[in-house]
Amino acid sequence: MLIKISKSYDLKESDVTPENVYLNRRELLKGMGFLGAGALLANSASANAIDWFNKDEVTKFKTTSLDYKVDANADKLILTPESKVISHNNFYEFGAKKNQPSELAQGFKVNPWQLTISGECDKPLTLDYDDLFKIFPLREEVRRERCVEAWSMVVPWIGFSLADLLKKVSPNSSAKYVVFETLHDPEQMPGQADRRLGGGIAYPYVEGLRIDEAMNPLTLMSVGLYGKTLPPQNGAPIRLVVPWKYGFKSIKSIVSIKLVSEQPQTTWHKLAPREYGFYANVNPNHDHPRWSQASERRITSGGLFSRNRIETLPFNGYGEEVADMYKGMNLSKYY
Amino acid sequence: MGNKLTTSHKVLILKVVIHLAALLPLFNLYYLAFNDLLGADPVQRVIHFTGIGAFNLLLVTLTVSPIAKKFKKGYLLQVRRLLGLYTFTYAFMHLINFLVFDLQLAWSLFFNEVLKRPYITIGMIAFILLSALAVTSVNSIKRKMGKSWQRLHNVSYLIVTLVSVHFYWSVKSELIAPLFYILLTSVLLAFRYKKIKTLILSMFGNRTR
Repeated sequence: MLIKISKSYDLKESDVTPENVYLNRRELLKGMGFLGAGALLANSASANAIDWFNKDEVTKFKTTSLDYKVDANADKLILTPESKVISHNNFYEFGAKKNQPSELAQGFKVNPWQLTISGECDKPLTLDYDDLFKIFPLREEVRRERCVEAWSMVVPWIGFSLADLLKKVSPNSSAKYVVFETLHDPEQMPGQADRRLGGGIAYPYVEGLRIDEAMNPLTLMSVGLYGKTLPPQNGAPIRLVVPWKYGFKSIKSIVSIKLVSEQPQTTWHKLAPREYGFYANVNPNHDHPRWSQASERRITSGGLFSRNRIETLPFNGYGEEVADMYKGMNLSKYY
Repeated sequence: MGNKLTTSHKVLILKVVIHLAALLPLFNLYYLAFNDLLGADPVQRVIHFTGIGAFNLLLVTLTVSPIAKKFKKGYLLQVRRLLGLYTFTYAFMHLINFLVFDLQLAWSLFFNEVLKRPYITIGMIAFILLSALAVTSVNSIKRKMGKSWQRLHNVSYLIVTLVSVHFYWSVKSELIAPLFYILLTSVLLAFRYKKIKTLILSMFGNRTR
């Protein structure tokens, strides 16, 4: 049975310009090109070529409605419009620019899919595409998402607790950490095939959590947003959502979850350990070396002037639920 | 061949083209940004667009004299000031976008960021130097300054170097575009190899004036 989403969403969406209108506007701006050196820039030239090609050849990825329990607290936060949630993405596998994933990921194939849960556990498990939506009852969770780049969104995710999934495989006593891996498929993910698109990070993308973080009820395995299955640019068919940590921890399009005994080497931490820690808890008192983390811009609807700069809260405002896990830890050392 | 254009006509046409090529994208950008038609985060878009636009214009400005020399088209030098002033305009908007739309006039945060973040510090130094060039581009001031005008305007080589470092340090991991710009900068500076060498030597050696 399909449960209708509350009408507050419809209102929010009606505030927003239809996606195709603003996509066209952007093409217009891009198409204008730029004086001299700009036009020579191979990078943007080839990206544009891919955009055009993609628009002609590939039809939009189809998402389907989900059955889920509505978040009773959904209306306490102003949601980021769906059109912005699905067009402003850091998913370097589909291009390092924010608009590229929504343009280059539309042909991504998510069915069939295999997610294996293995490692230090008694009952390893492999889930197929259909299992992802059936293994547990789905619920909606409206969560603040804080990017390490100092912008944020509010997203109505749909999914189940990672804890429930991990309990199913019976972790043994050596399971101290959990390692997640994104699909590695350069044929489907142009950023993995081309360094210029992929931003020069190592693939496959790897993230990790401490076992107690993974078992925290806030840690969500998400299979949908805004009432439907995930679009590929948001990490279809299944992704992690860890709302008290910077967004790069919330790994997308997961194929492997492994219980391990040692703290894993994670992608951004490996690339720039001084800038991105393993913990990456949202912390207004610990700046990124190149910018302040004390405040953030909340992405909502409206143009240049309506954007709101707000204070960043410790643990992204989820301290009550998670701060206990870090008692006695020096959060400036373990950032 | 038809009638040959006079030099002043050529300069006029070039100037009209420069005005249009610099202003139309800027008007278009802000029209889209104010009306929320510029993707999910118009703030980031206007910052990046004006930043890279300023860099492009600076490189074009620095391309004028090597081309004028190589092809013996002296009249091209007459559009240099206009290009330089549009470089300043874009750089000014880049700064305004950061201060007004990104930081939303949180002045203490602004000053903190300028002092604390090396890439913003050198961007700011480049902007202050660029402002000095823009102010002294007025004819009457230029005349009054005499020979020191050229000395001051040689600072553009320092500015373009600072700007390429600013760009390189500002990115997260995608280094290809900044490296390409560093390459372009190096090529343009290489055309002035002798001049820059003399300038540097005169800074450390005995000054004649």
